[in-house]
Amino acid sequence: MFDSLAQRFTRLFAGLGRSKLTPANIEDGVREVRTALLEADVGLDVVRGFVERVKEKAVGLTRLDGVAPADQFVKVVHDELVALLGGEETRIRWNDRGPTVFMMVGLQGTGKTTTCGKLALHLRRKEGKKPLLVAADVKRPAAIEQLKVIGRQVDVPVYAEEGGRPEKICARGVAKAIETGRDVVILDTAGRLHIDAELMDELEDVKGKTNPHEIWLVVDAQVGQDAVASAREFDRRLAVTGVVLSKTDGDARAGAALSIREVTGKPIRYVGTGEKLEQIEPFVPKRVAGRILGMGDVVGLVEKAQEVVDEASARETAEKMFRDAWTLDDFRLQLRQVREMSSKLGGLGGMLKHMPGMADLPEEVTGRMDDGQLVRWEAAIESMTPKERTDPVVLDGQRRARVARGSGTSVASVNELLKAFKLMRKQVKELKSKGILGRLAGRRMDKQKLKQIEDLKRRGIDLRNWFPES
Amino acid sequence: MGLFDKLKRGLAKTREVLAGGLRRALFLGRALDESLLADLERALLAGDVGPRTTTALIDEVRAAWKAKRLQRSEDVEPFLRERITERLRSGGNALVRAASGPTVILVCGVNGSGKTTSIGKLTKFLKRDGARVVLGAADTFRAAAVEQLTIWSERNGVEIVKQAQGADPAAVAFDAVTAGKARGADYVVIDTAGRLHTQTNLMQELEKIRRVVKKAVPDAPHETLLVIDATNGQNAIRQAEQFHKAVTVTGIFVTKLDGTAKGGALVAVRDTIGVPVKFVGTGEQIDDIEVFDPAAFAAALFD
Ligand SMILES: Nc1nc2c(ncn2[C@@H]2O[C@H](COP(=O)(O)OP(=O)(O)O)[C@@H](O)[C@H]2O)c(=O)[nH]1
Ligand SMILES: Nc1nc2c(ncn2[C@@H]2O[C@H](COP(=O)(O)OP(=O)(O)O)[C@@H](O)[C@H]2O)c(=O)[nH]1
Ligand SMILES: [Mg+2]
Ligand SMILES: [Mg+2]
Repeated sequence: MFDSLAQRFTRLFAGLGRSKLTPANIEDGVREVRTALLEADVGLDVVRGFVERVKEKAVGLTRLDGVAPADQFVKVVHDELVALLGGEETRIRWNDRGPTVFMMVGLQGTGKTTTCGKLALHLRRKEGKKPLLVAADVKRPAAIEQLKVIGRQVDVPVYAEEGGRPEKICARGVAKAIETGRDVVILDTAGRLHIDAELMDELEDVKGKTNPHEIWLVVDAQVGQDAVASAREFDRRLAVTGVVLSKTDGDARAGAALSIREVTGKPIRYVGTGEKLEQIEPFVPKRVAGRILGMGDVVGLVEKAQEVVDEASARETAEKMFRDAWTLDDFRLQLRQVREMSSKLGGLGGMLKHMPGMADLPEEVTGRMDDGQLVRWEAAIESMTPKERTDPVVLDGQRRARVARGSGTSVASVNELLKAFKLMRKQVKELKSKGILGRLAGRRMDKQKLKQIEDLKRRGIDLRNWFPES
Repeated sequence: MGLFDKLKRGLAKTREVLAGGLRRALFLGRALDESLLADLERALLAGDVGPRTTTALIDEVRAAWKAKRLQRSEDVEPFLRERITERLRSGGNALVRAASGPTVILVCGVNGSGKTTSIGKLTKFLKRDGARVVLGAADTFRAAAVEQLTIWSERNGVEIVKQAQGADPAAVAFDAVTAGKARGADYVVIDTAGRLHTQTNLMQELEKIRRVVKKAVPDAPHETLLVIDATNGQNAIRQAEQFHKAVTVTGIFVTKLDGTAKGGALVAVRDTIGVPVKFVGTGEQIDDIEVFDPAAFAAALFD
C-alpha cells in the first residue's frame, strides 16, 4: 500500500545524492514530498503541516558536519512520518470484570463485518479468548446472514435477531455473552455516512447501552480526502478508541492513515491484508514509516518468517537475500520458504512488499507472481545443471528449451524466472551500493532501533549482517 | 420515480450548488490573482481531483488569465467548471444496447464499492419501461453475497440465476446469460465478487467470466460497468486502469455521492481510460440512482 510513496521517496533521495542542501534543493525536495503525500491521499491540511515541519528542520540541519545533508533530509522525513503515525503500539483495554466489548463502526463497505470476523479469529487464536459476534446491522440486505457465515468460518458463535433496534440487539448480545461465559463481544454495526444524523444517533445509543471498551473505526485504505471529515465526525460522536485500516493488500498508498491519525489522535490498531479471515495484522507505526521510505519492513518479515519456519532458517533466508553471490540455487531454496510464508503474507507480491527496496521491483514482475508460478520456477531451477544455477548467463535458447521441457513448464516461464532473478539481484546490489539501509539502520541508529536490533539478536538474528556499513 | 423526476432532482441539485454561499464568499470582490488560484487549487485537491490533474487545470486557468481571456474573478470558477465538464461529457452516458437478444451488463469493481446495491438500483431503473431483467449472482465468494443479490431480485420482482457459495463464477455468468437468452430477457446483469485490481488471479478470473459470457452471446458483455466508490482517493485511477486493461470497461458507476466525498478522482479516471461515467449512486435505497450529469458533478466540486 505504501509502496508507491516509498518508490517516490527512494528516487527523491537518490536524486539528492551527497550534495549539500541548499534552500533551492530543499524546495524541490519539499515540493516532491508534498505531491507524493497528496497523491497518497494524505489530507490537505495534514500535508501542509508536515511539509512545513520538514522544511524547518531540514534547513536547520545544513550546519552539521560529517553527515551528508541528503541523508539528513531522509532522516527528517522519516522521523516526521514516525511522529505522525504515532508512537508506540497500544494495547487493548481488557475488561477484567466481565466481557470486553468491541464495537466496529464506519462508512458503508469499508470492511466492518469482515474485520469483526478477523478480530474474533485473532483473539480466539492468539489470545485464547472466547468471543461472541453480535449482528447489529439490520439494514444492509443479508448482513446478518453474512456475519453468521463468517461466524461459522471462524468457529465463533453469532448472536442475531430477526430485526429490531440495534441498541437493544447489542444489549441483549452482551447479556447473552455474560450468560454463556463468553469473554469478548464484537458488535458489527451497519455502515453509515457521518452526516446521517439519525444513524449517528443510533450508534450513540448502541454505545450508551453497551459501554464498549473499544470502539474501532474501520477505514478503507483507498479512501481519499473525505477520510478527515468522516473520521473527525465518528470520533466526535463516539470517542473512538482506535482505527482499523482495511484493504491494505492493494496498492493504495493509504495516506489517509496519516491524516486520520493526526486528526483524531487515535491509534491505528490493526491492518486488514486480504479478504481471508486470518488476514489481519497489528499496525506498527515504525514499520510503516520504514516502508514509506523504501527501507522495507524487515522486522515484520522476520516475525512472519518465524511463524512459519524456525529462526535459523529464517536468518538464513534473509542473509542469502543479501549475500553478494546469490545464485539460482539460493533462489530455489528461498522460493520454497517463500511459498510457505506467502500464504501468511498475502502471496509473493505481499511478501516482497516487506523486503527492503523490493518495493522498487517493477510491477510487471511482482504483479504477475503467484504461488503457482513459484512452483513452476522451482521446477525449472531443479531442471538446470549446477553450472547453469550458479551462472545463468550460459542459459541460451537451446538450454532454456531443455529446462522448460524437463520441468514441464514453458520457455516463457523460464524466461520470466531469469528476468525476475536478474532484476532482484540488481536490486539488492543497488541497495547495497546506495547504502541507504546501512546509513539509516547502521551508524546513525537511534536508541529505539538499536533496542529492536538487540531484541532480534537475542532471538538469534543479527540484523547487521544484512546491512553493510557504508 | 420517473426519468423526468430524476432529471428535475438532478437540476435542483445543480441549482443548489450554483447558489452555494461559499462560492460567493470565494469570488465576490476578490481580485483575480495567484491567491485566488491557490484557493481554487485547494478546492480541487480537497475534492480528490489529485495533484496532477489539479495542476493541469489550474495551469489552464492561468494561461487563459495571462492571455486576457479571463479577466474577472467571478468568471474563473465557471471557466474551470466548464473545463471539467467538457472533460467528463464526451462519450455520453447512454447504456449500450445489444443489436438483438439480451443486453448483457457485467458489473465489476473493488471490494465494498457498491456493486450489488448498484445492481439492485439499476434493475429498477432498467425496468422503468417494462424491460425484463435477469440477474446473475456470480459473486460466489463473499459470505452471503448471493443472499444479498437475491433480496434485491425480490425487491425488483426479477429472476435471479444462482448457485451455492464457492461455485465457479464463470459458470454462473454463463448460466445467467443462457437463461436470459432463452427467456427473451432484455437485460442480463451480472454481479461479480469484489477484487482489488492488484490481485492477478482474481483479475484473470474476471477475464474468464467475460470470455465465457461471450460463448453464450458473442458480442456480450455489451456494457462492462466499473463501480467506483466516490470516497476513494487517487487509487481510483489505478483501479480504472487495471480493470480497463483486464475487461475493457465501457462505463463507470460512481457510488456514495450522497456523502461529503466529491469523487474528484473521476476527472483523472476519465482522462486516463477515456470511459464515460454513466450512473451515480446517491444512497442505499432502490431509487437512489441518477444518470450522470457532468455539469452538476463539476459544480459540486466547488461546493
Ligand atoms: N482485499 C481485501 N478485502 C477486504 C478486506 N477487508 C474487507 N474486505 C472486503 O471488502 C468488502 C466489504 O467488506 P464488509 O466486511 O462486508 O464491509 P462492511 O460493509 O463495512 O461490513 C468485502 O468484499 C470484503 O471481503 C481486506 O483487508 N482486504
Ligand atoms: N451511502 C451510500 N451507500 C451505498 C451506495 N451504494 C452502496 N452503498 C452501501 O455500500 C455498502 C457496500 O455495498 P455492496 O453493494 O454490498 O458492495 P459490493 O461489495 O461492491 O457489492 C453497503 O452498505 C451499501 O448499502 C450509495 O450510493 N450511497
Ligand atoms: Mg457489514
Ligand atoms: Mg457484492
